[in-house]
Amino acid sequence: MAAPVVEVQNVSKQYHRDKVEIRVLSNLSLSIPEGGFVALMGPSGSGKTTLLNLIAGIDRPDSGQVIVAGTAVHSLGESQLAKWRTRHIGFIFQFYNLLPVLTAYGNVELPLLLTKLSSKERREHVETALNLVGLGDRMKHYPRQLSGGQEQRVAIARAIVTDPTVIVADEPTGDLDKQSATEILDLLGRLNTEFGKTIVMVTHDPRAAERAKVVRHLDKGELN
Amino acid sequence: MRVFKLIYMNALRHKLRTSLTILGIAVAIMAFGLLRTVVAAWYLGVNQAAPDRLITRSKNGITFTLPVAQKQAIERIPGVADLTYSAWFGGFYKDPKDFFPQIAVEGVHGLSLYPEFIVDSAALDAFDKEPNAAIVGKTTMDRFGWKIGDAVRLTGQIYPGDWDFVVRGVYTGRSEATDLSQFLFNFKYIDQRMQVEMPARAGQVGWWVIKIDDPAKAAAISAAVDKEFENSSDATLTETEAAFQQSFVAMAGTIVFSLQVISFLVIGVILLVAANTMAMTARERISEYAVLKTLGFNGKHILGLIAGESLLIACLGGVLGMIFLIPVLHGVGVALKAWFPAFIIDPKTYPQAAATAVLVGILAAVFPSWRAIRVSIVNGLRRIG
Ligand SMILES: Nc1ncnc2c1ncn2[C@@H]1O[C@H](COP(=O)(O)OP(=O)(O)OP(=O)(O)O)[C@@H](O)[C@H]1O
Ligand SMILES: [Mg+2]
Repeated sequence: MAAPVVEVQNVSKQYHRDKVEIRVLSNLSLSIPEGGFVALMGPSGSGKTTLLNLIAGIDRPDSGQVIVAGTAVHSLGESQLAKWRTRHIGFIFQFYNLLPVLTAYGNVELPLLLTKLSSKERREHVETALNLVGLGDRMKHYPRQLSGGQEQRVAIARAIVTDPTVIVADEPTGDLDKQSATEILDLLGRLNTEFGKTIVMVTHDPRAAERAKVVRHLDKGELN
Repeated sequence: MRVFKLIYMNALRHKLRTSLTILGIAVAIMAFGLLRTVVAAWYLGVNQAAPDRLITRSKNGITFTLPVAQKQAIERIPGVADLTYSAWFGGFYKDPKDFFPQIAVEGVHGLSLYPEFIVDSAALDAFDKEPNAAIVGKTTMDRFGWKIGDAVRLTGQIYPGDWDFVVRGVYTGRSEATDLSQFLFNFKYIDQRMQVEMPARAGQVGWWVIKIDDPAKAAAISAAVDKEFENSSDATLTETEAAFQQSFVAMAGTIVFSLQVISFLVIGVILLVAANTMAMTARERISEYAVLKTLGFNGKHILGLIAGESLLIACLGGVLGMIFLIPVLHGVGVALKAWFPAFIIDPKTYPQAAATAVLVGILAAVFPSWRAIRVSIVNGLRRIG
């Protein structure tokens, strides 16, 4: 058994809306080994996105610990956290979230602008990532010139271009037709098996969950 | 490089909105430059005043005249190097709305106290010999299309009736700021007719022009002149030419002050226009900023993107405004030539307008950037789906 890359320990999180307190996660623990592929399922509003955000270091728990890639994420300051995310986390969103003014190439290059790589090195990385997702011939296309499935593949290229430790995906196939969804899931599967990437994926789709090595169900703030 | 491209591409996303904002800023910068130039033109006349000339006018007010008989008494005062008089004619050529100053002077001697007016000797000769000869500034010549030798009939308002003149010369200026709008003629021409038609008003001049030998003694000489006449019915008020002109400017001072206030209000308006555009822009892109933040971009990067776009728009507007300013100032300058003899762009106007544009660009980005940076990633992302 490989060492855990993601360690969520006794984490609680609640939100306040007006005076009402919404308990989203209560005393939740989760451990994911290196090279793991976990699917998080559960009803809407059960806290799947919240948990994913905690792991990805874009939100903080009220109590408990989140240790990812050996770093206590919950204890980092804003700017350290930002640097840490660039290095360790690749994001994939339901609605792709590409910048419309940049080409596929420009979008994939974005996270590399924060590294010390030269433009020639960046070019190599971007081309490798886009070739890997099968869009080597679409580099100069803008998001509006791509299909949803292609946009999501560009987003995956953007997520892997920095060679992150963990890939987090929030309903990556939620907005796609069956065919495109299958392509995306195949791609994630390859990233996991061939490249050994650790993946945490939130999904509502049982067929998507089948691809994961482990499926966890969230309900009423607790994991089963 | 990449970042500049991103800023540039972002600015092009709403072409109409961006263009309208740039145009708005351009018009405002142009208005700012125009107002500044008008204000500067007001003061320019004052700054061009000769330091060695005093003006003596009636203490009773600007419209009161002084007797020509005061001449000997003034000449006797120590420090007075030369002396002449002038009178305001206050007439018009054809249309009373077409203002230009007409001044009756003491012949060639009167002109000699104004070395900034350049006149050729043939014109001076004619001015000396012909009672109704006139020497006219180039601006006014061009304005009415007069040529040397033309007969010009002015209608008097202060000196009633029609007055026929012959243009015998054109004067030009020693510097760009010299007033080239005046219509100069011999005082004797009107005085002789007044002796016949209105004897009570004959021998009355508008003001004395005193050339002094040492500008540093201006105050003492002024006081001596005024003391001379203090107990007569024609008490005088003597001041330097600059102070005299300033009293005219002071009359219009409230207007000038309003113009200055307006020029700063204009900046306020541009600021609101630019800030509004940037606020709308930043609001629409909250989720994009959140995505950038998830990738590891920080507040400084976001600030750079928003402020960069804001500066780009403001500077384009500024440059366009300054380009507009040149023909507009030219047009306005031609139209107002009689009022503002020297309507030239103050070279300071360009750096001022540029600084204004940069300042507006920065200030307009402050609030939108602050808000975009402050929104947490989670809340920013939730805006999408
Ligand atoms: N920033 C926030 N402010 C207030 N309430 C929030 C916030 N984020 C999440 N919540 C609330 O927390 C609960 C869990 O939200 P979360 O987005 O994690 O659910 P989810 O499991 O991802 O749901 P879905 O399947 O619909 O995406 C919901 O009731 C939501 O309204
Ligand atoms: Mg969710």
